[in-house]
Amino acid sequence: MSQIIVENLMKTFKVAKRKPGLWNAVQGLVHREYNTVHALEGISFKLEEGELVGYIGPNGAGKSTTVKILSGILVPDSGRCEVMGKVPWKQRIDHVKNIGVVFGQRSQLWWDLPVEDSFQLLRDIYNIPHQNYKSTRDELIEILNISTLLDVPVRQLSLGQRMKCELAASLLHTPPLLFLDEPTIGLDAVSKLAVRDFIKKINKERGVTVILTTHDMDDIEALCSRVVVIGRGKILSDGTIEELRNHVSKERKLTVHMDMPIDNFSIPGARVVELEGQQISLAFNPEYISPAILISNLYEKYPVKDLFIENTPIEEIIAKLYGELRI
Amino acid sequence: MMNGIKLYFKYVSVSIQSQMQYRASFIMLTLSQFIVTFADFLGIWILFDRFGTLKQWSMAEVALFYGIVHIAFAISEGFARGFDTFSKQVKTGDFDRILLRPRSTVLQVLGLEFQLMRLGRLTQGLVVLLWAVNNLAIHWTMVKLTLILAAILGGACLFSGIFVLQATLCFWSVESLELVNMVTYGGVETAQYPLSIYSSWFRKFFIFVIPLACINYFPAMGILEKTDPLNSPIWIHYGSPLAGLIFLLLSLQVWKFGVTHYRSTGS
Amino acid sequence: MKGYISLLRLRFMLLLQYRIAAFAGVCTQLLFGFVRVMVFIAFYQSTSKVQPISYEGTITYIWLSQALLGLLPWNGDSELQTMIRTGNVAYELCRPVDIYNLWFSRAVAQRTAPTLLRAIPIFIVALLLLPGKYAMGYPHSCTSFLAWIISMFGALLLSCAITNIFNIVTLWTVAGDGITRLLPAVIILFSGMIVPLPLFPQWMQGILKYLPFSGIVDIPARFYSGHIQPSQIVSLFFIQIIWTILLILMGKWLLSRKMKLIVVQGG
Repeated sequence: MSQIIVENLMKTFKVAKRKPGLWNAVQGLVHREYNTVHALEGISFKLEEGELVGYIGPNGAGKSTTVKILSGILVPDSGRCEVMGKVPWKQRIDHVKNIGVVFGQRSQLWWDLPVEDSFQLLRDIYNIPHQNYKSTRDELIEILNISTLLDVPVRQLSLGQRMKCELAASLLHTPPLLFLDEPTIGLDAVSKLAVRDFIKKINKERGVTVILTTHDMDDIEALCSRVVVIGRGKILSDGTIEELRNHVSKERKLTVHMDMPIDNFSIPGARVVELEGQQISLAFNPEYISPAILISNLYEKYPVKDLFIENTPIEEIIAKLYGELRI
Repeated sequence: MMNGIKLYFKYVSVSIQSQMQYRASFIMLTLSQFIVTFADFLGIWILFDRFGTLKQWSMAEVALFYGIVHIAFAISEGFARGFDTFSKQVKTGDFDRILLRPRSTVLQVLGLEFQLMRLGRLTQGLVVLLWAVNNLAIHWTMVKLTLILAAILGGACLFSGIFVLQATLCFWSVESLELVNMVTYGGVETAQYPLSIYSSWFRKFFIFVIPLACINYFPAMGILEKTDPLNSPIWIHYGSPLAGLIFLLLSLQVWKFGVTHYRSTGS
Repeated sequence: MKGYISLLRLRFMLLLQYRIAAFAGVCTQLLFGFVRVMVFIAFYQSTSKVQPISYEGTITYIWLSQALLGLLPWNGDSELQTMIRTGNVAYELCRPVDIYNLWFSRAVAQRTAPTLLRAIPIFIVALLLLPGKYAMGYPHSCTSFLAWIISMFGALLLSCAITNIFNIVTLWTVAGDGITRLLPAVIILFSGMIVPLPLFPQWMQGILKYLPFSGIVDIPARFYSGHIQPSQIVSLFFIQIIWTILLILMGKWLLSRKMKLIVVQGG
């Protein structure tokens, strides 16, 4: 059976209307009006054990609502949801024993205390047997390279250092399922790579299922074999990155550097995206014209100095996807 | 259950560690708490110096009421601080983190903070109480000793219950907190004097709605073995501190309801 | 003109945002006033001795002290104090403006705005809505009323001078912390907030009159009720002003000492 089953989840919120102006503020004393926000309009998907899934969508799409429901914090209006055979919000304590959650922007560590003290408190909260705690903790410390940070109060850590400690903290009780919400936000390049490495490792070597919610497309491309896109409360796409790409556009990008500026540039089979002095960006569909032919045509016609091909960046794919649905 | 208690003590030691980091400030805080709350008692002293008696109550008797209610309040201020400042948790979304841990929400909120500085109020309450006991001709028995302890603990339960209700309000609106101060600080202000001096409808509120009388006035009647000007039956004198505990248990049920509401409507 | 109107509208909207907090604050004070009044009724009924201040005088005194609680300088400007603790105040101190005067005018705003907001509803309730036994009295006479107004003005200046002392001592971390925590209890007690000063023991009356704190709540309240003859206004206003000047000079001196240190150390 799938580790996570989500079927037709629906959730609406009532948000109080706040109208501007003095008269409306006075009216607000007596009578409150509400807007209905349809956060989730029937989302469904299944996740198997050991998957590393990216869960992306524009702000307000319903990402955090989904994560809150899956983690048991929020109760949906209707629909079915089972995580490891349990209904998250019905069996809260049993359920949260088996999940780890990291919020990029909010810490789960105790601010004034050394990191080690936070770890020990978590050990007591999760009732981790001493032997397991010791071996898990030692491993995590080694992989994440945080042994020098253990005595430091959390408030004195840099963002990158803190994030590594957060990741360790979330895995002390060895949950089979991990939710990561913007784990690389605000991190420098080195820390980002370290965090990505770590996520890949625990997924591949320990089989921890990871659900990654992020706006950072580099994270997605580096880590996720599967991407679920949500928009306006509905699932827009669910599959591999390639499938997502092809779903939206099969086009590839070709950037050419010329030896001299060209006016009146044109080449059959490709359209010009950008033309600036000696650099030209082209878009072409490899189903209509093979890259090899396009390139040889270019070399025949123009003084090409250098060129390279890349896939359409995920950002553009996603933007197109949102655009199509007028989000 | 044992496990939960052990964990709570761990939380308390962590909280104390945090507070001890600012040691000089902590001593100053505790001292100022002592002085500020003691000023209340100085006021009472000055009034008795002027007026001699308060209806049929002597100063030592009033000091008994004062001591019990201040000690009870100080205990709940120290323990239930997490509920008192709960609005912060809801505003920052930190309560979500509490829901993500496999422990009861009450245990975790209690564990947020254990305020040592409330020892200031507790000490001055104790000093006044000891002075009262010293100056009153009370015939002490095991029953009476238990009664006074029960009154203090019942009072601590009552005030903690009020803090729990205050925190539960935060699930609906983070603004309405000051109203509850009326009942806590107003309650202490009221109960430090014997309830019989107040007018009837006022008394009824503090007997039936917020049962302050049950943890302070009626037990004192039992201890002093005085005929109650309010003509209450004797069994109330000995059984009433239970009302504090019942109030707390009811408040915790309301809390559970509040948590359920929070989980269906989101933050 | 349009600018001022929109500023006024903004102010009102801001106040409405915190409507529940403001409403709750007024309710708390009404409750406290009411409890105190009931306690004093009981005390007065316990003795036939003539007291230095009449029952009606005391009740009026209590309501006035609640209504004008905003004037009581028990703390400094918390925004300023945070600035000082975080070090941001360095920017202010480098400006070519007289810092003392700047902070003094902030204190005026801090004291008058909430006082007006709370005094009006409390006056309405205590003066007009309460039954005779609990109600606040009207000013003793026209001249008493005038004397009260003048005395209130003196109280405001005095209060702001003390508030500014709180602000300035925050510049000294340890001593500042101590004073900020310990002085309020002294101020509250000796201003008459807990017990009207005339009810203090006879031997203390002389000291209390000449302490600066009586000028904030006690003296104006007793002009209002006619307990002090309007003719005394000259000498008592004089005392208020002397203290105000002394405290302003002390504040300025302390501030300039600290500034010199900062300039020497290079901030």
